Amino acid sequence: MDIFVQQLINGLVLGSIYALVALGYTMVYGILELINFAHGEVTMVGAMSALAVIGALLGAYPQAPALLVLPAGVLAAIMVCMALGYVIERVAYRPLRRAPRLAPLITAIGVSIVLQNAAMLIWGRSYISFPAILPHGSHPILGAVITDLQIVIVTLSVLIMLGLTLLVERTRLGRAMRATAQSREVAELMGVNVNTVISATFIIGSALAAIAGVMVSAYYGLGHYYMGFMLGLKAFSAAVLGGIGNLAGAMLGGLLLGVIEALGAGYIGDLTGGFLGSNYQDVFAFMVLILVLVFRPSGLLGERVAQRA
Amino acid sequence: MSLLEVKGLKVAYGGIQAVRGIDLVIEQGELVCLIGANGAGKSSALKGLIGLVQHHGEVRFTGERLNGLPTHAIVAKGMTLVPEGRGIFARLSVAENLDMGAYTRRDVGPVRLDLNRVYDLFPRLAERRAQLAGTLSGGEQQMLALGRAIMARPRLLLLDEPSMGLAPIMVQKIYQTIAEIARDGVTILLVEQNAHLALQVSQRGYVMESGSVVLTGASQALADDPMVKAAYLGE
Ligand SMILES: Nc1ncnc2c1ncn2[C@@H]1O[C@H](COP(=O)(O)OP(=O)(O)OP(=O)(O)O)[C@@H](O)[C@H]1O
Ligand SMILES: [Mg+2]
Repeated sequence: MDIFVQQLINGLVLGSIYALVALGYTMVYGILELINFAHGEVTMVGAMSALAVIGALLGAYPQAPALLVLPAGVLAAIMVCMALGYVIERVAYRPLRRAPRLAPLITAIGVSIVLQNAAMLIWGRSYISFPAILPHGSHPILGAVITDLQIVIVTLSVLIMLGLTLLVERTRLGRAMRATAQSREVAELMGVNVNTVISATFIIGSALAAIAGVMVSAYYGLGHYYMGFMLGLKAFSAAVLGGIGNLAGAMLGGLLLGVIEALGAGYIGDLTGGFLGSNYQDVFAFMVLILVLVFRPSGLLGERVAQRA
Repeated sequence: MSLLEVKGLKVAYGGIQAVRGIDLVIEQGELVCLIGANGAGKSSALKGLIGLVQHHGEVRFTGERLNGLPTHAIVAKGMTLVPEGRGIFARLSVAENLDMGAYTRRDVGPVRLDLNRVYDLFPRLAERRAQLAGTLSGGEQQMLALGRAIMARPRLLLLDEPSMGLAPIMVQKIYQTIAEIARDGVTILLVEQNAHLALQVSQRGYVMESGSVVLTGASQALADDPMVKAAYLGE
């Protein structure tokens, strides 16, 4: 089997999930210059809600077809996360709109902790496994293997990213979002209800996070109250890598990070003579991040953020 | 009923009293100017009217009290402000900036007519419609700001120093356009440091000094006033 091609495929799959989450970070940063550290936990809540709904449905109707149960789980996750994103902004960030930057940042960390603990209370401390209703076919490709699930994840991600791009570039709401990102005051002067736009941004980002959360738990077959932490950190890194505030940057950053991480994990054993194993893959993400920030502080596609921060 | 009636408008930033209780009345169809030196409180007064800053006092627009309404709601009622420094969206295209001007409007047909009108008034904007607004020259950006205001089809247009930082020829072009907008029946409140210009185009004026209105009257009378001559016209 071709390790390079295989890891490339694995990386693209992982990367497209990172990209979905990174978009949420970058959209909020673009408009509020706020790093919503609770965003990773929103993916976790998405995954856990989907697992709960799927589990309940299968418990009640063991023979229910996957094509019904899965979308129901995803839909529930999306609804829960959209509501959660809206509430987080209203309760935790809006009152601090005019406060010094550090205040919402600390609040964001507080929200993460609250969400993690709430999830632990609701769903317990143990891993919840994804029911075996997922497609499990696989296909040979260029000396490697791609599974049905991988194809679904990548296709869905690409479609969602296309949809989001169209929304932001072509619709009235999208234009209002871009205007608000440039100047909240002038956007208001155009008649834009900036609070509505900010709410919409959180809601859309949270919907993407919900889908990404379900994808991750389906891909690894597990859900856990702590799963949002590392995913959030990596997606945030991806957003910074691509240039935070920039949508295309978040997509590129996510994909790159996924690929680098997968290739790194595939070759690290050979590179270090077996001294480091693939369990060090997380290190790569952050090494790359640090390298990029040293040489290009604004990220790959970003403008000079350092000046504004 | 006057289009705009303002009683005792006050604006303060922390301890600084920028506007200390001014009264303004503007009738439908008038072009009124508000002149005064640096820091007199002109911009603050405009921002207070449109709800961009905390303010006290009564603001009635078409007879209705505006106090407490958010800016976007006031804009939807037909008041538009072209802010000092123009406030164009640098990373939106020229066409998208103009679209933003019509953000609250749902009347697709008339919006298209207004867009054509803006492009007729400023052929330069038509040529550059796909370009990012940030790449425009200062004068072109002021054209865009005015064009964007036309797209809103306001009942009352507040202009904050439209001549600021422009070459004389560009100032002329901008003021021609302002006169044309006024001829269309749009009521205008014009803030200017260039008192000469402002008193020429307007019918009435207010003079502000350290947060208060110290003089008001017909523009011609103001231009002949010895105090105004000495302080603002350099005569
Ligand atoms: N955001 C602010 N925070 C604190 N003080 C402010 C703020 N904006 C204006 N001021 C102060 O309020 C006073 C009035 O300012 P304002 O901008 O309204 O004057 P202006 O007449 O528009 O002046 P200019 O002709 O220079 O534009 C000034 O003393 C100014 O320093
Ligand atoms: Mg001013």
